[in-house]
Amino acid sequence: MQVDTTKTVQPQLGSSRSRFLASVWEDMGMLILYVVMFVVASVWVPFFFTVQNMIGLSLSVSQVGMLACTMLFCLAAADVDLSIGSLIAFTGVLNSVMMQLLPGQIVLPVLITLVVALGVGFFNGYVIAKLGINALIATLATMQIFRGLGFRLSHGVAVGIANDQFYLLGNGTFLGVPIPIWVTAVSFIVFGLLLNRTVYGRNTLAIGGNKEAARLSGINVEWTRMVIFGLQGLMAGVAGVILSSRITSGQPNAALGFELDVISACVLGGVSLSGGIGTITGTIAGVLIMGTVQNVLNLFNVEYFWQYVVRGTVLLLAVLFDQLKQRRAAG
Amino acid sequence: MSGASVEARVRFEEICKSFPGVRALDRITFGVQSGSVHGLIGENGAGKSTLLKILSGAYHPDSGLVVIDGQPRTFRNTRDANQAGVTIIYQELNLVPEMTVAENILLGMLPSHAGILDRRTMLARAREQLKRLALEVSPTTKTRRLSIAQRQMVEIGKALIRNARIIAFDEPTSSLSAREVRQLFATIRELKAAGYAILYVSHRMEEIFELCDAVTVFRDGRLVKQYPTVQGVTREMLVADMVGRTIYDVYGYRPRQHGEILLRAEGVMGKGLTAPASFEVRRGEVLGFFGLVGAGRTELMKLVFGAERMREGRLLIEGTAHSFRTVRESIQAGVMLCPEDRKLEGIVPVRPVMENINLGTRRNFSPLGFIRPRREVENASRFVDQLRIRTPSLRQLIMNLSGGNQQKVILARWLGEKIRVLLMDEPTRGIDVGAKNEIYNLIYKLAESGVGMVVVSSDLPEVLGISDRIIVMRDGQIVGELSRDQASQERVLSLALPASA
Repeated sequence: MQVDTTKTVQPQLGSSRSRFLASVWEDMGMLILYVVMFVVASVWVPFFFTVQNMIGLSLSVSQVGMLACTMLFCLAAADVDLSIGSLIAFTGVLNSVMMQLLPGQIVLPVLITLVVALGVGFFNGYVIAKLGINALIATLATMQIFRGLGFRLSHGVAVGIANDQFYLLGNGTFLGVPIPIWVTAVSFIVFGLLLNRTVYGRNTLAIGGNKEAARLSGINVEWTRMVIFGLQGLMAGVAGVILSSRITSGQPNAALGFELDVISACVLGGVSLSGGIGTITGTIAGVLIMGTVQNVLNLFNVEYFWQYVVRGTVLLLAVLFDQLKQRRAAG
Repeated sequence: MSGASVEARVRFEEICKSFPGVRALDRITFGVQSGSVHGLIGENGAGKSTLLKILSGAYHPDSGLVVIDGQPRTFRNTRDANQAGVTIIYQELNLVPEMTVAENILLGMLPSHAGILDRRTMLARAREQLKRLALEVSPTTKTRRLSIAQRQMVEIGKALIRNARIIAFDEPTSSLSAREVRQLFATIRELKAAGYAILYVSHRMEEIFELCDAVTVFRDGRLVKQYPTVQGVTREMLVADMVGRTIYDVYGYRPRQHGEILLRAEGVMGKGLTAPASFEVRRGEVLGFFGLVGAGRTELMKLVFGAERMREGRLLIEGTAHSFRTVRESIQAGVMLCPEDRKLEGIVPVRPVMENINLGTRRNFSPLGFIRPRREVENASRFVDQLRIRTPSLRQLIMNLSGGNQQKVILARWLGEKIRVLLMDEPTRGIDVGAKNEIYNLIYKLAESGVGMVVVSSDLPEVLGISDRIIVMRDGQIVGELSRDQASQERVLSLALPASA
């Protein structure tokens, strides 16, 4: 047989030290960058490395963090979801209305809100995956629909919540750490496992990398995409409920433009907008970098208007950095 | 080549180029004369594309010179190269499909007055080029309406209008029909007669013999042989140069026992077919499908695989009737497809080799959808060994592998499943000779293990070389069936070609 005479290059499965370092850099590059940034900020920025500031910082990124988990899936599958900001407002209002309708109850209204959020997310997914509408356009439409429903339900004003127990969800602490931070931490763990340790997570990346190849390999592309949007809706619901607890009311104009913060954080964390590339550690780094930059600017009392400029610049630089890294990896 | 009487129009001198872990080009030195067609052959990964990219300014050599008309040149980018008179015509054409032919030809140099487009001059100049190339299309046609061959001509026109003097073709015939190839060759010969220097990269040796004046053979980044003329050079010599050993029979066909019918397609109709198609494949058999591009072969395979909706007909798999509505169902029934277009339908470019192997099969070893990392590695490395997939590691992105190795990865995807029938659509397109031979052996091995193999190909010698039986398609229907003994180039072609030709 001819083939036996060919010389085969044995694949090197064991990784040498340098290759190991290279792969760590590839996977954790952004997180390492953040650690450096954190250390620098701790040394140079007054009041940065204090318990109070750390908790404040974490709390400020908790909402972006929760949604970044599911946005990571969305972007990794080469989709995008612009409707989450509106959905947070809508579910916040819905939750508040439900709590007014069911006085004294907590579990039932929250549960109803979450089920609705999940359903609405699936609706997004259905429109995108089954009806084949481009995700950008579909969620641009539902972004307005959800915002409108939130205004309609609340008659355009804040819907108050009168339940001291419920306030604990957004304002209480566990082991000294505010509950929203716990929720975010758990989300990172759960979605990290989903991405790395489940067929669903791997399929998500494959779909983003090449939809047709995924389909021809027997992956249920439509269903996977619907689940991605369903979970995205669910997390928006969770964030909406927590927000309504923190501010003790449902605000129909809450979280305006929030989707862009989340997408920025993901992109900062090396998630590719063209799909197929994204890691949970990168996303965490992206969320933390965004939050820390903002925090440091606040500590230095930088004028609010300038903060936008700085954040935009940081985003540009980070994306540039990531592109350089990838170009090197591909070459 | 020293003491050559004619100054070469373009010369490569001691060109070296390395990528991390690979010596892509090692001291390459040769020249292309004006008014000649210079063939460049070698397996994938031999360095041909890298050399073209250096010539086009997309890559920079680590050392060495590109000398044009006796002057050493450094191209910072493609634009520099264009200005020096170099144009590369790639397999994937660089035209804007939504723009007209005229706009494409003059892209970047559209005539205008004070920023207002001068339509009349544009059309006149475009028409002039089309006439020169004997291309009968209107300059106002949208480019996406053109066939691949016509687009190639537009691409050539684009080069000529930019005063190119050196034109390099990269596998230009891979998606052309026989007639289109003849037209392209006629154009290339005219360019040659007009004094252009032409570098012609191809896998197909017949083309080299037919078209080229001189041939250079690359292997593993080195120039292994230069033939100043193709006279007296044989196919065997070139193959031996390319692979570094002698292959007398690339196909290595071996007869097999055939068993019962595994798959019978009855009256299958759907998109891309013009008449119901019926065929059967037996255990241990290699069934070849031949036809020109657009004959409906790919469409039929996709219908059988359940990737497109079957409007009529049914499939009998070991006697049981099926009609697949999803790919998942056909995989469960043991019918798999290695798709035609590796890049668009096969691989997930930005993901590692390991993930590409486990893509479809991992659910079989992931209880409740949870991945077992060790099983992932075991499964992938088993197939990397078994199929001799050449990759530096399982974590290497698949887009960095050669075509042959990508094809093996796609094949490995299915080997983890229980295969009854494997449909392979153009399994060796764009793959070098050595890797082709390996793919053929894998096809035989699978057949010997009791799989029914269906192999679609536009490469006639290949179909004749490996098939036990050949089905010929034309214009969306099956037009004939020949046994291995009956089949000859002439008989197959006479069935495949349109009656008018």
